[in-house]
Amino acid sequence: MKILVCISNVPDTTTKIKFAEGNTSIDTTGIQWVINPWDELSLTRALELKDDAASGIKSVTVVHVGPSTSEPTIRKALAIGADDAIRVNAESSEAWFVAFQIAEVVKKEQFDIIMCGIESSDYNGSVVGGMISEFLGIPSVSAVSGIKIENGQPVMTREIDGGKEVVIVPAPFVAIVQKGIAKEPRIAAMRGIMMARSKPVKLVESVAVEPLTQIVVFEKPAPRAACKFIDADNPAQLIDLLQNEAKVI
Amino acid sequence: MSVLVYTENWDGKFKKLSFELVSYATGVAKMLSTSVTAVSIGKVDESELKKLGNYGADKIISVSNDQLIALDSQAYTSVISEISQKENATVIIISNNNTGKAIAPRLSVRLKAGVGSGVSKLPLNLNPFTVYKRTYSGNAFAHVVIKSDVKIITLAQNSFDLIEIANNATIENLNVPIDGSLLKTVVKDVQKQTGKIVLTDADIVVSGGRGMKSPDNWPSLVELATLLGAATACSRPVSDEGWRPNDEHTGQTGKIIAPNLYIAVGISGATQHLAGISSSKYIVAINTDKDAPIFEASQYGIVGDAMKVLPKLVAAVKEIK
Ligand SMILES: Cc1cc2nc3c(=O)[nH]c(=O)nc-3n(C[C@H](O)[C@H](O)[C@H](O)COP(=O)(O)OP(=O)(O)OC[C@H]3O[C@@H](n4cnc5c(N)ncnc54)[C@H](O)[C@@H]3O)c2cc1C
Repeated sequence: MKILVCISNVPDTTTKIKFAEGNTSIDTTGIQWVINPWDELSLTRALELKDDAASGIKSVTVVHVGPSTSEPTIRKALAIGADDAIRVNAESSEAWFVAFQIAEVVKKEQFDIIMCGIESSDYNGSVVGGMISEFLGIPSVSAVSGIKIENGQPVMTREIDGGKEVVIVPAPFVAIVQKGIAKEPRIAAMRGIMMARSKPVKLVESVAVEPLTQIVVFEKPAPRAACKFIDADNPAQLIDLLQNEAKVI
Repeated sequence: MSVLVYTENWDGKFKKLSFELVSYATGVAKMLSTSVTAVSIGKVDESELKKLGNYGADKIISVSNDQLIALDSQAYTSVISEISQKENATVIIISNNNTGKAIAPRLSVRLKAGVGSGVSKLPLNLNPFTVYKRTYSGNAFAHVVIKSDVKIITLAQNSFDLIEIANNATIENLNVPIDGSLLKTVVKDVQKQTGKIVLTDADIVVSGGRGMKSPDNWPSLVELATLLGAATACSRPVSDEGWRPNDEHTGQTGKIIAPNLYIAVGISGATQHLAGISSSKYIVAINTDKDAPIFEASQYGIVGDAMKVLPKLVAAVKEIK
């Protein structure tokens, strides 16, 4: 079986977001770009499955839709352990566009399991994985917090409100992963970094598609009022404020 | 033309989330001068379905097909897309919860409808159709134009107030035959937690961080939560250490919540933690370090040792309850 892991290139999660061009885009000056945290965990789990010879997973490929400037993020995924990579050469403007490109890649090459993170930390869309599966007409399982292979059959745990379900769907399928999929992201070792340089990155040209949505302007979150401090010896005052001022208890 | 809203049920019952969705759909329908059709999938009795009318639904379509008990994203997408075409829906509203995230993107492709996800306000504009959504994990909000004829909105939980409008909604029981071979999801096991408040539903959340020092110190935090009718949560290191269950972890890589009140005890307020809680209406912080970043995100704060403050808070809440 072959796994495809979809990778998004996002600002480091500690970035202080600033806007540019009349708040229509993000000021990228000084931003550190990283693999989207969910995708890093999903890649980690894919590699753990491959490490177990009994799983029958033969290869782990990463795919990214983005311009050449996101090459370092792809190299990082290869350094962590992916076997090869595919980059669709385009600005990843919007979910519909990105999902369409990845679906085109999957149509040309065979994969059994396609893994996507539940959201990217930039647009917080939570839609790319589901869209890929619908473009391909294959099953998708969302909110996946665990995946293992039992006798050649992928078995997933998915989160439901107030519980979990163990589910199976026939391959090929898209697994949309979240918390629990892997504990800690795998870190690239020196050897991995050296090897990554010679691993293949296949370049694919994008297919023209009309995007369905467009961000027109960004806004900062509404500022919060300054914190009111209450004496540690008198927490009753906090309860009073929550009850009579904020009216939340 | 109509606004369609998918209202999920839990063991045949709706919850606040369902009524928020219908209230929101009613708001959108008002802007468009049209009506609201709610779609329910699964076995829900008539008195429960009628409740959707209290928030402005005009029509309720109930599909109580035995094959649709477990969530199968393809089958659910087929049912909702079929009904939306039949009802000539121009806007489809779904929750941004796990189920909504499973269905909305598939529906988007099926209907060639753009999605605005994690929306927290009524549309800002109808022409062009513009929604307001969370981006950069709460560090920015975006105005997003949806260009397609049909629009899908996934609504952020706890972001929209209930609006009660007594409407005597009509109920239509619809039988949507499903080709068995389309049902691909096999559920082998279900584990449900009973009696615990679902974190994403909670109005009040009491959350503990590494400043709680040890899992042995949790009883007073749990007692405070119980007294307040609150859910309990934690920061990532706390769940990573196994001090608290995984499903309590909030933040960038955990749950994203928006309660009315979030009480952060011994939590420093790292950006990745704030990413999960910044939409809370009120944040209270209890921390020994007066410079902890959590205070910048809070409206009320106590600089002090959690182990000393928590018992006093418990006592103070007992006074008023
Ligand atoms: C990609 C990525 C994703 C992440 N995702 C998340 C996430 O989803 N959620 C998350 O929470 N974190 C996340 N993190 C981790 C995050 O950066 C912080 O490390 C974490 O939130 C810190 O947890 P904490 O506040 O409990 O602990 P600490 O930062 O150690 O803070 C403990 C706090 O307790 C206070 N304290 C100490 N003793 C006491 C006492 N006796 N009484 C009261 N206060 C006391 C201290 O002053 C301090 O402010 C992520 C990190 C990365 C890199």
